[in-house]
Amino acid sequence: MIERLVHWSRVKSPWVLHLNAGGGCNGCDIEILAALMPRFDLERFGVQLKGTPRHADVMICTGAITLQNRDRVLRIYEQVPDPKFVVAAGACAMAGCVYRGSYHTLVGIDQLLPVNAYVPGCPFRPAALIDAVVKLLNSVK
Amino acid sequence: MEYKVSLGPQHPALHEAVSLRMTLDGEVIRDADLKLGYSHRGIEKLAEERSYIQNIYLTERICGICSHSHTTCFTQGVEQLMELVPARRGLFIRTLIAELERVHSHLLWLGVAGQEAGFESFFMYTWRDREVVLDILEWISGNRVHYAMNIFGGVRRDIDELQRKKILDSLDLLKKRTDYYLNLAASEPTFVGRLAGVGKLSREDAIALCAVGPTLRASGIASDVRKDDPYAVYGEIPFEVATADSCDVLGRAVVRVKELISSYAMIEFLLKNLPEGPFKVKAPRKVKPNEVYSRYEAPRGENVHYIKSNGSDKPERLKVRAPTLANYPATIAMLKKGFIADIPLIFAAIDPCICCAERLVQLDDARRGDSRVLSFSQLRSMANERAKKIDFKKRKIAWPF
Repeated sequence: MIERLVHWSRVKSPWVLHLNAGGGCNGCDIEILAALMPRFDLERFGVQLKGTPRHADVMICTGAITLQNRDRVLRIYEQVPDPKFVVAAGACAMAGCVYRGSYHTLVGIDQLLPVNAYVPGCPFRPAALIDAVVKLLNSVK
Repeated sequence: MEYKVSLGPQHPALHEAVSLRMTLDGEVIRDADLKLGYSHRGIEKLAEERSYIQNIYLTERICGICSHSHTTCFTQGVEQLMELVPARRGLFIRTLIAELERVHSHLLWLGVAGQEAGFESFFMYTWRDREVVLDILEWISGNRVHYAMNIFGGVRRDIDELQRKKILDSLDLLKKRTDYYLNLAASEPTFVGRLAGVGKLSREDAIALCAVGPTLRASGIASDVRKDDPYAVYGEIPFEVATADSCDVLGRAVVRVKELISSYAMIEFLLKNLPEGPFKVKAPRKVKPNEVYSRYEAPRGENVHYIKSNGSDKPERLKVRAPTLANYPATIAMLKKGFIADIPLIFAAIDPCICCAERLVQLDDARRGDSRVLSFSQLRSMANERAKKIDFKKRKIAWPF
């Protein structure tokens, strides 16, 4: 009974951590914020942006991981309670974008963390992020 | 008793990775130190491997908010190297996009400042209005964030009559909203009470610490590259440099709102005086050996690109000095003697764009006069060595309860 309640609340109201992995241009970060603003309003799906990883269910990662930020990203991932989901948002998080081949970035988030959903685009539109979150929630159901 | 607190790299008040180390005495900050490098991507090195045309798209991705600033700064520098005179209509459209970008960036900042001051609905208001500007930009360029409008010799797309009318219509709405914000920023007692007197930076300090942009102008110095060293068509546009004398966060908010209003007038002027003719001219592929120093007034302050060419189709050196980097010393001075609760507000007041400012600096040995040039593979191995030294297993933290 309680398990079902927990599952229901997790699907109905996932809490989201926005993590900038470093090697991006912050265009995606701004689009994530724009997705939460009145026009796109991601919050109508129960999604709430949280400041700390310990409260989050879903990690939205933007940017390619820089080497200096690598261990911090791992630590933040470990702090998110199970079950956790990772969304790689934007071209940098997927495959490195223009920074591919740089001496200080990894090519994509999936080199370090298991990724559940990818959002393509440089940067993606807020609508694409909403689509990804809804698809992720449907797959969890 | 003094104690040390570190803030970041992952922190709810910071949307990007940067680390602040502070020495506190009670609630008062005695000393502050910034630790950078979390967003270093090696852009300058990557630029040396790519052709000039590819580099337009690389420099665009230095920053996602002032993307047009970096490309314009780079493009006008390379145009000087090529001895190419860009099309006049192209320059007008380039300036138009620059001013639209300033509007969206300042609206974004106003919202963030409102949020840090605990005024959430203000955040929602400005971001809703920001969507109007993004719609215009999308309509002109086809993109919300990275417009990719600049090419050597002009711009990529033209503006037609219908677009011109739509932009002028949208401006009326934005003007009305901005008047409301100016009224709010100047008269709402809780908002004024939270911002006034926070993050003081005196006129002398602002000059000594080389602050740029609205941070400098809020300390009463009318310095603006658009006025001092006009590029594109700024020499022909009538406008006043916005300043404030209060030297605090409130002054920086007022400067930005005033700049919004002057930007609207500039956009109107540009649209009404848009010249006929081609919007781009053909540019050569190769560039003669030379060097150039290009300046641009980005929404956050003066943006500088230094480009050195060697006769091939790739630059030999690209040096980027983004405005946030120039504002860091001033931020440290503002943080000192401030309260711990004011950190996000003071830090947000310079409108930090962390990923703009992440450049690598190689220090030469001044006594021996050694100067080293690092190859790409050397830099890669240096970065790998540094990463190997980090012992992940040792860093595992035990759960305290």
